[in-house]
Amino acid sequence: MTVERLLKDEATEEKGDRARMASFVGAMAIADLVKTTLGPKGMDKILQSTGRGHNVTVTNDGATILKSLHIDNPAAKVLIAPDISKVQDDEVGDGTTSVVVLAGELLREAEKLVNKKIHPMTIIAGYRLAAECARNALLQKAKDNKQDPDKFKSDLMKIAMTTLSSKILSQDKEQFAKLAVDAVLRLNGSTNLESIHIIKKAGGSLKDSFLDEGFILDKKIGIGQPKHIENAKILVANTAMDTDKVKIYGARVRVDSMAKVAEIEGAEKEKMREKVQKIIAHGVNCFVNRQLIYNFPEELFADAGILAIEHADFEGIERLALVTGGEIASTFDNPESVKLGHCKLIEEIMIGEDKLIHFSGVEMGQACTIVLRGASSHVLDEAERSLHDALCVLSQTVNDSRVLLGGGWPEMVMAKEVDDLARKTPGKKSHAVEAFSHALQAIPTIIADNAGLDSAELISQLRAEHHNDTTNAGIDIISGGVGDMEKLGISESFKVKQGVLLSATEAAEMILRVDEIITCAPRKRENRM
Amino acid sequence: MALAFDEYGRPFIIIKEQGQKARLRGLEAQKANISAGKAVARILRTSLGPKGMDKMLQSPDGDVVITNDGATILEQMDVDNQIAKLMVELSRSQDYEIGDGTTGVVVLAGALLEQAEKLLERGIHPIRISEGYEMASKLSVEHLESISQKFEFSVTNIEPLVQTCMTTLSSKIVNRCKRALAEIAVKAVLAVADLERKDVNLELIKVEGKVGGKLEDTELIYGILVDKDMSHPQMPKRIEDANIAILTCPFEPPKPKTKHKIDIDTVEKFQTLRQQEQNYFDDMVQKCKDVGATLVICQWGFDDEANHLLMHRNLPAVRWVGGVELELIAIATGGRIVPRFQELTTEKLGKAGLVREKSFGTTKDRMLYIEHCANSRAVTIFIRGGNKMMIEETKRSLHDALCVARNLIRNNSIVYGGGSAEISCSIAVEAAADRYPGVEQYAIRSFAEALDSIPMALAENSGLPPIDTLTAVKSQQIKESNPYCGIDCNDVGTNNMREQNVFETLIGKQQQILLATQVVKMILKIDDVITPAEY
Repeated sequence: MTVERLLKDEATEEKGDRARMASFVGAMAIADLVKTTLGPKGMDKILQSTGRGHNVTVTNDGATILKSLHIDNPAAKVLIAPDISKVQDDEVGDGTTSVVVLAGELLREAEKLVNKKIHPMTIIAGYRLAAECARNALLQKAKDNKQDPDKFKSDLMKIAMTTLSSKILSQDKEQFAKLAVDAVLRLNGSTNLESIHIIKKAGGSLKDSFLDEGFILDKKIGIGQPKHIENAKILVANTAMDTDKVKIYGARVRVDSMAKVAEIEGAEKEKMREKVQKIIAHGVNCFVNRQLIYNFPEELFADAGILAIEHADFEGIERLALVTGGEIASTFDNPESVKLGHCKLIEEIMIGEDKLIHFSGVEMGQACTIVLRGASSHVLDEAERSLHDALCVLSQTVNDSRVLLGGGWPEMVMAKEVDDLARKTPGKKSHAVEAFSHALQAIPTIIADNAGLDSAELISQLRAEHHNDTTNAGIDIISGGVGDMEKLGISESFKVKQGVLLSATEAAEMILRVDEIITCAPRKRENRM
Repeated sequence: MALAFDEYGRPFIIIKEQGQKARLRGLEAQKANISAGKAVARILRTSLGPKGMDKMLQSPDGDVVITNDGATILEQMDVDNQIAKLMVELSRSQDYEIGDGTTGVVVLAGALLEQAEKLLERGIHPIRISEGYEMASKLSVEHLESISQKFEFSVTNIEPLVQTCMTTLSSKIVNRCKRALAEIAVKAVLAVADLERKDVNLELIKVEGKVGGKLEDTELIYGILVDKDMSHPQMPKRIEDANIAILTCPFEPPKPKTKHKIDIDTVEKFQTLRQQEQNYFDDMVQKCKDVGATLVICQWGFDDEANHLLMHRNLPAVRWVGGVELELIAIATGGRIVPRFQELTTEKLGKAGLVREKSFGTTKDRMLYIEHCANSRAVTIFIRGGNKMMIEETKRSLHDALCVARNLIRNNSIVYGGGSAEISCSIAVEAAADRYPGVEQYAIRSFAEALDSIPMALAENSGLPPIDTLTAVKSQQIKESNPYCGIDCNDVGTNNMREQNVFETLIGKQQQILLATQVVKMILKIDDVITPAEY
């Protein structure tokens, strides 16, 4: 007698080979989906959101594509956000597509092995060996130019150009690479990208984008207030400038005549006036508040010749405080001990048709603003994503300055080492090690395929070249042949490559270990009629 | 059938008719129950041992969990069958008591049920089977005691403990860095253990995870980790020799619990209230400052003004710290949780050698480390990993490892793993069976066979021929009278588990056998299943 129902209705259970099949197929489908975006000639995808307005995004950023997918297959979910690729995006900022593609290739190879009746655990053991070996190969080949600042800078340039070459910015990659490198070098080694502010303004062309060393706040200056201040003393505040409510619980106004209302209103105004006086007493000529400033205090500020900026968002405030070296104040009783921010010049500038406030000559050199210009909001969004990737990679490289060549070179180096290992490994594991090397070689193959090149020919040439230990050969997409990556100046960050390798192996391993999938019944949504 | 007659001969219904209720009786009910129990065990069977496979579980909300931890699988499975629910609870109670062996206990119960089914078919009464099982389980527990060994370790020699934790971790996905994790687990347990009383309060070990980085970056922090940052972005990120005020009162004007109203009807009142309000904040900050606090940790939020005043007076503060963390911080720093500003005194402050904020990755992730505390009895294990699933799985694995280490400190008797203990018990029970007259003899013999199923599953999962391997090991145990022979899952070349350093705690194993027997007895006793058709 069989049990009809062990699990709840609608819950499904898949076992053994079927489960494995389901997860392999799911994961590979995801990999195939993003595969075509890989490399400098990768294609973009249009994503239409299901939300209101059916917004359209055009991108070839792996993380963005994966984030927007709605996926039902649990194994595919392992590969997409908020997991593997998300982590790669947060931690190193780039290589998201590579992670998914490599994991997909690893699973594709694993599937073949499973069909040959090799136990998944054996495959995992082999993959682990291979991943370790590949990592060591990378470690040996990585170059570190930290000591030589000029070389290091050129390394950074190369990395930025390589990263950007696969994106929409590739036309102006030199300009943007320089922009990104300058911005990151200002950070002095911190990986905190908050102090790099990106402002997007539609209009103009991508070429018109620029890096500004000061700080730009996307706000307007109040009416009747000075538009140009030199040697500004800035008070950055987070305080209510509308009506200052009494915060004591239970307090309320109860009056019995109109006259009283007027009195209290007067008192309120008086209170606000006092507050403004106190702020003015700080000796400032620019006041930036996170919250709204009502007309009344604004007028008072204008009278005093003080520039008042309202409703700067929280990040803007924090950044401004950071940049100008002031502190964010909420009480104004002791003017002598509040640290004010300073900058040489505040002025209103025009970008396109919008007026922005520009703070130049700030104390802290770390922060800067990148203004992106572009034909449409899609282009701008994509440009921002691309620039973000480049910035992330660069800031990580500043910390871990080891650099590898690009263009499929690291994959081929790893593949060769792993192949050697396969020959030395006794037992069934060696099949898995060999499979790992195949999966690694699939990456340059895909890059070549995407560029419309004869991948089979190219890869075999590359492999032959890589028999020589000291070669710099990689795929030269422009000329369509094998080229010297050192001379072409194509570099990648060691940290990114290592991240790709480890995350992909981890993901593949995780999916391989599964031999049963139990899907619970989807939670019923209550019908709210 | 469910009719009865009252004293006047009128029929009345005890149970509603068939259309509304499903009902199984007698042997049929037992068999249905047994097959449900077996079905659960079958799911877990492939997850047993170091080469066990994982299960992928999709929750009703679409989240995916990948694990091979028995308790977790069963908990997530959304089981509907009553008997299956019993099995889920079985695994859970093993998890609560021992924390490890949750898969094994279910597999054993499944095997016992399978054997019981055969006996039932022969016409043996379920109660007699239960009695036989009971005797057999007593025998095995005694036998385990006799083959157990004392396990020597000390604070300076933690190697044996690390070895045990490694055995536990080797069956998990984290076995890539089992050595490092095992060491972390053991050090954490020893840090909080009370070796005199042989007690370990696992609550003092906090396991935190953050997505990102590598598994190798997992670290043990002798202190507390709080997933919060300073309340004001410009407060210092590093404080040495901190005196910490731990508050559960907000930096806000007081909100009396009794209902009240303050009516403002004149300008004077308005102004006094305003003055009052300003004084509140000043007083609060001043009180903290007066007692010499250099860091304020608060369970509640701060008003903007208070926040600025704190910043202004150079008093770093952390807000919205959860209750559990607050308690841990209090324990670790030796401070007292202060519910009111008035009660703040210097003695109530906690002390920590170093408090620092650390940021991760390119996003705005920051965490607060509180280290070198006055009382180092609270530790935190901080897990890093490629993705959320990995971290969750590592958490579960570490929990197992922590439990094992704790059990060893409580009771340092061990038995050897790899199925060796089960095989040895099986031999002992088998031999003892013949001494019992009556029907129970059969049940006892079946129990012995059920015990064999654990090494059998181990061998199967490791890709070894199960029957060949089991019989070989069994005969070797008898021939050499060596109870340490088990299944060589990792292909090391020896099946002496003592040499392989594979062992488990005695109480864990005993508990497994006792719990499994109990549940099986309970299931066997059921002879009537009544389910309402629709509820």
